[in-house]
This record gives sequence, C-alpha cells and structure tokens, in this order.
Amino acid sequence: MRRPFLLRGIRPYGAGDPVDLLVRDGVIAELGTGLDGTGAEVLDGGGLVALPGLVDLHAHLREPGREDAETIATGSAAAALGGYTAVFAMANTDPVADTAVVVEHVYRRGREVGLVDVHPVGAVSSGLRGERLAELGAMAASVAAVRMFSDDGMCVHDSLLMRRALEYTRGLGGVIAQHAEDPRLTAGAQAHEGEIAARLGLAGWPAAAEESIVARDCLLARDAAAALHVCHVSTAGTVEVLRWAKERGIRVSAEVTPHHLLLTDERLAGYDPVNKVNPPLRTAADTRALRAALAEGIVDCVATDHAPHAAQDKDCEWSAARPGMLGLQTALSVVMATMVRPGLLDWRGVARVMSERPARIGGATEQGRPIAVGQPATVVLVDPDATWTVRGATLASLADNTPYEGMELPGRVVATLLRGEITTEDGKVQR
Amino acid sequence: MRHLLTTAGLRRETVTALLDTAEALKQALLGRQVRKLPTLRGRTVVTLFYESSTRTRASFEIAGKWMSADVVNVPAGGSSVAKGESLRDTALTLTAMGADCVVIRHPASGAAHRLAGWVPTHVVNAGDGTHQHPTQALLDAATLRERLGTLNGRTVTIVGDVLHSRVARSNIELLITLGARVHLVAPPTLLPWGVQNWGSGPHREEWEEHSRPVTVGHDLDAALPGTDAVMMLRVQAERMHGGFFPSTREYSVSYGLTEARLGLLPEHAVVLHPGPMRRGMEIAHSVADSPRAVITDQVRNGVHVRMAVLYHLLAAQEEQA
Amino acid sequence: MSSPAGTGAVGGTEPPRQRELLAAGEVARIVARMAHQVIEHTAPEPVMLVGIPTRGVPLALRLADRICEFGGTRPDVGILDVTLYRDDLRRRPTRPLRTTELPARGLDDALVVLVDDVLYSGRTVAAALDALREYGRPRAVQLAVLIDRGHRELPIRADYVGKNLPTSRDEEVGVLLVETDGTDAVVIRRSRR
Repeated sequence: MRRPFLLRGIRPYGAGDPVDLLVRDGVIAELGTGLDGTGAEVLDGGGLVALPGLVDLHAHLREPGREDAETIATGSAAAALGGYTAVFAMANTDPVADTAVVVEHVYRRGREVGLVDVHPVGAVSSGLRGERLAELGAMAASVAAVRMFSDDGMCVHDSLLMRRALEYTRGLGGVIAQHAEDPRLTAGAQAHEGEIAARLGLAGWPAAAEESIVARDCLLARDAAAALHVCHVSTAGTVEVLRWAKERGIRVSAEVTPHHLLLTDERLAGYDPVNKVNPPLRTAADTRALRAALAEGIVDCVATDHAPHAAQDKDCEWSAARPGMLGLQTALSVVMATMVRPGLLDWRGVARVMSERPARIGGATEQGRPIAVGQPATVVLVDPDATWTVRGATLASLADNTPYEGMELPGRVVATLLRGEITTEDGKVQR
Repeated sequence: MRHLLTTAGLRRETVTALLDTAEALKQALLGRQVRKLPTLRGRTVVTLFYESSTRTRASFEIAGKWMSADVVNVPAGGSSVAKGESLRDTALTLTAMGADCVVIRHPASGAAHRLAGWVPTHVVNAGDGTHQHPTQALLDAATLRERLGTLNGRTVTIVGDVLHSRVARSNIELLITLGARVHLVAPPTLLPWGVQNWGSGPHREEWEEHSRPVTVGHDLDAALPGTDAVMMLRVQAERMHGGFFPSTREYSVSYGLTEARLGLLPEHAVVLHPGPMRRGMEIAHSVADSPRAVITDQVRNGVHVRMAVLYHLLAAQEEQA
Repeated sequence: MSSPAGTGAVGGTEPPRQRELLAAGEVARIVARMAHQVIEHTAPEPVMLVGIPTRGVPLALRLADRICEFGGTRPDVGILDVTLYRDDLRRRPTRPLRTTELPARGLDDALVVLVDDVLYSGRTVAAALDALREYGRPRAVQLAVLIDRGHRELPIRADYVGKNLPTSRDEEVGVLLVETDGTDAVVIRRSRR
C-alpha cells in the first residue's frame, strides 16, 4: 500500500488561493489549507494550476501493426507527459480493431503499461471496409468495454450502413465517431481546396466533403435517436451545421484538434509533409470559427488525433507522404496558446473541453471528475507561466512528426497523477 | 541563382537577365561551324525524369552539351527507382557521384522544392506534378518577346485545362511579372480555385493601376479578337473520365482552336502550344501548321533558354546557399 | 563618367584617386595613327576588325572609319563577346552576356584584327582566340589595342599599340569613350582591390 501524499499549494481550475490536496488510496481524501502532512510524501505544488486529468478521445497508438511509428507504451508515455490520464485508441491498426480479441489486447497492454487508461475504440465496419457492421456487441461486452466506435482513417460513407450503425449503438449505449469525408469529393486530394493549394498544384479537399457528411449524419442521428460524435471538425461550415443540429436537440458532439486551432494552409508553402493531415489545415477564418465554437460549446472538446508516422513516410515528396501529426505532448500548450492566452477560455473551460466533456462523451466514468473530496486523484499539475521549445526528437513518441518543431509554446506539465499514482513528474515518466 | 524551381517570385530583372542571356547565346551560336561553347566544361548535369518526356529531356540534354557540360540521363523507369528507392535516396546517390546540377521532372507537386532541400546540388524543375514548369514559361516568354516585342501591357489568352497544367501556372506568374495581362478560357471545371485572384495583392509591385491581371472567361470566340497571343494547353483524355467535361467532341467544339477561330485573331497575334499537340482536339490540323503558330520557334528557343538557365546556375561563383 | 583630376577622398591629404593621362584630342590622334599602321601593314588585303565588348566595339568602329577615310575601303566590323570563353567565370557572380555579331562572309581565310581598349594580362585576348576558332579559320589574327599596360600573364602581344603605359599592379587603367562614357580620355586610378 502506497504512502499517502500531499500536494501542497495547488490551485484547482486555476482559481482562488492555493490549497493543499491529500491523496490516500488513490482518492482525494482531503482538500483545504494547511493540511497535516505527517506520514505523507509531500509534493510542493508551488501555486500550480490543477486540472482533472486530460482525456483524449482520438489518438492513434499504432499497436498492433505499426510499432515502428509508435507503441502503446510510447504513446502512453507521450500522453502522460502531455497531462493525459486517458486515451481512446483508434481502431485503424493492423489487424483492425474490429473484434473482441484485438480490443482486449489493446486494453490489456494499456493496463500493463499503466501510465494512462487506454480505451480501445472499436471499428464500425469489418476491416474498415465500409461494407458491413463489425461485431460491435462483442466488443462492448469484452473486457475492453468498448463504447465508442469509429472507422476513423476512413469515412462511413454509405448512408444505410451509417444509419444501421447509429441504431445498433443506441442499443449498446455507445457512440459512433465519424471521420467525415465524402471519398468521392476527396479522391486524390492533397490539401485544403483553396487558393494556396491551387497555386501550389496540390489537389483540393473541399470543405463540403466534410460538411455534407456531418449534415447527413446529424439527420440520421436524429432519426435514430442515437449518439453521434464528429471527429476533427475542421471548417467553419461544419460549425454551422453543428449549431443547427444542437438547436434541434440532436445528440451530436464534436471535437477539434489542437492543430486545427493553430495552423493554417499557409504552412503548405515549403511542401513539408509534416503539415500534411486529414482533414487538412484550413484557412485562418476556419481557425477563428473553430476557436469561437470551442469556447461556446458548439464544439464540445479538444482531441489530438495523435498520428505518429515513421520518418520515411514523411521525409519524401508531399503526395507520397502519409497524413497525420503528433499531438499528445503538445496539446495542452497549443490550447493555452490559442484559447487561454487570448482570453477565449479560462482554466475551468480547459477542464471542460480537455477532460470533463471528453470523459462523458467516451463513457470513461473514472475520468473528468471534479477535484473534490472522494473523487479519484486523477489530476494534472500545470505551470502556466513556463514555456518550452518543441523538439520532435526529444518527445516521448517513437516518431517525431510534430508540426511545432522549434516553436516556443506556453505551459508545462509538472506532474500527472492517475488514481493517486504519479505517472510523470518534471517531464519524466515515473514507471 | 541557386535553383530554378518556380516562376512565382522571380524578379523582373532576373527574368529579363535570363531572356537576354538566351538571346545572346542564340546569337553566339549563329553562323558557327562548331555549335559548342566551352563554358560549362567539367560540370555534370543529371536529368532525372520520373515522367517520360522525349522533348523536354532532349532539350535539356542538348542545352547542356552545347555548353560542354557532361549530361547524364537517368530514366526513372529503370532499375533502382523501380526497386522502390525513394526520391531522396536517388538524389543523394547522384550527388555523391558528382552531379553539379539535377534537372528533375516528377509527378508530385513540390518534388523539386523537396529535392532542393535534400541535396547540395543546383536543382532545375523540369515539371513537378501540376505545379510548375518554369523553363517552359521562359521559352514561351522568349518566343513572345521575339514576335511581339515587349510583353508589357500585352494580353495573352491561355485556353484549356488550366487546373491540371503546370505550364499554365508557370506562365501566369511569369507573364504577370513581365507586365502582361492573362485571360484564361476554360470550362469552369478546369479552372483552379481562386485563380482570378492570382497576381493581385500587395506584394505584386508590378501592378498598381490594374488590380486584376488575371481574368477568367468561358467564351473563346469572345476572347480572341482582343488578344495578342493565344496559348493552347494539352487536354488529357483521362480528364474526361474524371467528369471534367462530357466528351472530347463537346470540348473541341467549345475550346478548340479551329481555322475559323484563327480568323478571329488580330493580324499580329500568334499561337503557342507547349506540345505535344493533339491535332483535331485542342488545335486544328491547319492551325498547327499556319504561319501564326510559333510552335517550332518555342522548341528552338527552348534550347537557348535552357542553356541560359544552366549558365546562370553553374557558370559563376557559387552563391552562399 | 567624367574625369576630374583632383582629390577623390574626403577630407584628407591623400594623393588624387584618378589622374587623366590622355585627353580627348590625344585619343583621336592615337586612333588615327593606329589606322595608318593597320593600312601600312595589311594593304592591299582587306581586314576584318572584330571588337571585343564593351569598348573594343566603338574603337573598332572608329578604326574602321579612319581606315576608310585614309585607305579608301571600309573594313568589315564584327563584335565578339568572349564571356563564355573566360577562364575566371567561377570567381565572380554571373556575368551578363553581350552580343556576338560577325560579318556574313565568315572568318575563313580572313585577316582578322581583334580590337580592344586595354591589353593587360592577355587572358581576354586568349579567350577571344578560343572563341574565334569556333567560327572558322582566319588566315591570320592580329591584335590592336589602344593601351598596353604591361604585366602579361600569357605569351600574347599586340600588333598595333596606341600607347604603351607602364603601370603597377595596384593601378587600374580606364579608357573612356564618347560612345560609352560621354567623353574621350584615358585615366589611371588606384585599384580598390
């Protein structure tokens, strides 16, 4: 049994005067000023901001199948260093996570590593082929207790299949997370369909390819009275569709990636494929709309779409490169830069969009809980005044395809706790 | 100049210097018994063509050889590339072997830019995907200069599949830099997004009075009487299968340069084509052979222009990269 | 660019930066004398004057005029840009090319007289000889220069010299001509290099 320990002088949700937090048996036992630390390990919180542990609804951990780019172990380390205590691992592995066997493997491996709660996401369709439903029930009933299903990487573009998937998951209490991309409109697409891509000779990915699928799926969710989650919203138009849907009481939630809050298609100029991602980086107007939507709640949460790639898949010409960017270790800093510093979101808001809402949407009941007595001691301590320079080679991921290479970003995760266990401290993994 | 990757951002002085050099080289070779200049002796130029192209590759080869450079052609259909060697590795290998300059044609937009970042040699873009083909635009400009004099204030009409054309992109940028107006005629499905905004904006210092040097239309007959030159682009048959236009017949009726349309052009106007031509599709057989068509001039100027490019890249003191 | 004798430096007792050695009238007299020499040594064979840009060209034209005036027939005049044949291209930024225009009848069996303003190391003339080879096979090639300033680095000598001018290596000799510089003069200045 671990000794209790005391976090001295922390500021929950960045508000109010510093307080002390006593952890015993993985739970917040006491919260107040001047707590007695006898018999406890003491960690000086130094007035740091304390948030509930971050929850990422969308990450690619690449195991099984592409362990040269990332493993559950290295991905968990990156997540914990980024302040995350739970990660939803997408199903487009090799083999695809479309059976109880694969999801249970991912779940168990996550437990073994023990740095974050790894929640496997189950595929919607067998083999991600978009032809017939995968065994959603078996995956839900498995040890992994899958609640979120997604073909991410691919779009469930067949309307009938999407409708069936929504209806079926209603019975399971689950949610379908859609990668909204009409494949007919994006065949051969390389970058956001706009002036910059046109000049650079990069085939365009029209905004309507995302928006039309989101609109269709909202209507299908309405009819099925089912829960829909929209992955990586990237356009202002999608925000408007979501607003329309939510006004009508449709059960739709949505996520935005940190890179879609910060980066635009201006980054295309050097043809560096580190900037190649699906959905693509859009215009400044889109980033502004997404930031406002996140602040307002039309977009519910931030999800990283962490997508590690081996060097040879990025160190090539644009059209040959695989799309995707790292995100777990830089997400909080990017949210600070784009939302907190400009005053669009306070720390309560960060807790909402990076922990509470994602935990509810994904059904991770032990996560996203209030920092209060009796709750699991699953928190992250953040130094809001520190800055750091991003270097892909020193990040915990095996891959180093970060678009923020060389950028100075605000905020540093000082410590991460998962049910009372310190998983990272001072930028080092503790297990 | 370290590389020639794109005509976008080339300064007017640079373009003029290149065209003047091409002209001087043409003069230097006239009436000679030995068509050879010693200037690039001992320099090695490698052409790395991932798309087959007899004419452009041969043009670069002749250009290099007439300057006494050693020219090596690496066809990418051959061995190591077919074995899956990456572009980067191929380029590094060639550089290690001693190439001073790589002339690259590749199906991916941006390939030349990426190459320039990987290797210390000079890089000439001979066509990257749908992005740019700068030497084509330079030889088109040289040909237009020959026939029309200055390009300042002239109107050049480009007709056809602008969307997929690197020749069009290079030409649009270059013509605007030289002070011309560009009018694009194409079905709406074959125009790039936002192309009517190209050339305008605070960074284009050549254009103060006219804010829109690029205009767009779909009526070829209406465009011809007011133009000083018409450039017909190739149309690839596979575009039809992409649903960009319904049939070759409909395309050539609306956008083909027929004998009748030739008659709509002003007396002095010329017809250009980057080749190879599909006679009967975008250009009528008789039009291709008419004295107004300067296609063979384009090809001839192509060699001199490429010689000029190689001269500017390779003859002088190495710039600090 | 005119040629004031006098101080070029600001506020100092430095020696004058540029000195005029020959004034306009003297240049004209020298050219006339050279024309007589060419006629004397070549008549009755017709000559072809080939000027090396930049200033070799107006000099060649002037010589042709004088030869015509004194000798009756005007020689053909051509222009030969030697930039592409220089051996020092890699030491400088890109040099712009000049025109090359040679008479239609070609160089074969012609008596070519290369014309340049200053003869120094001899490398420009060596480049010109390389260039000429590629246009044909002259019967003979001679060299006419306005100024020979010594310091040859190659075994090159001029057949017709307007004036011999001993100089040191840290000096520059400038020939100014009305056609290119607005005035006729020969000046000497301290080299910046």
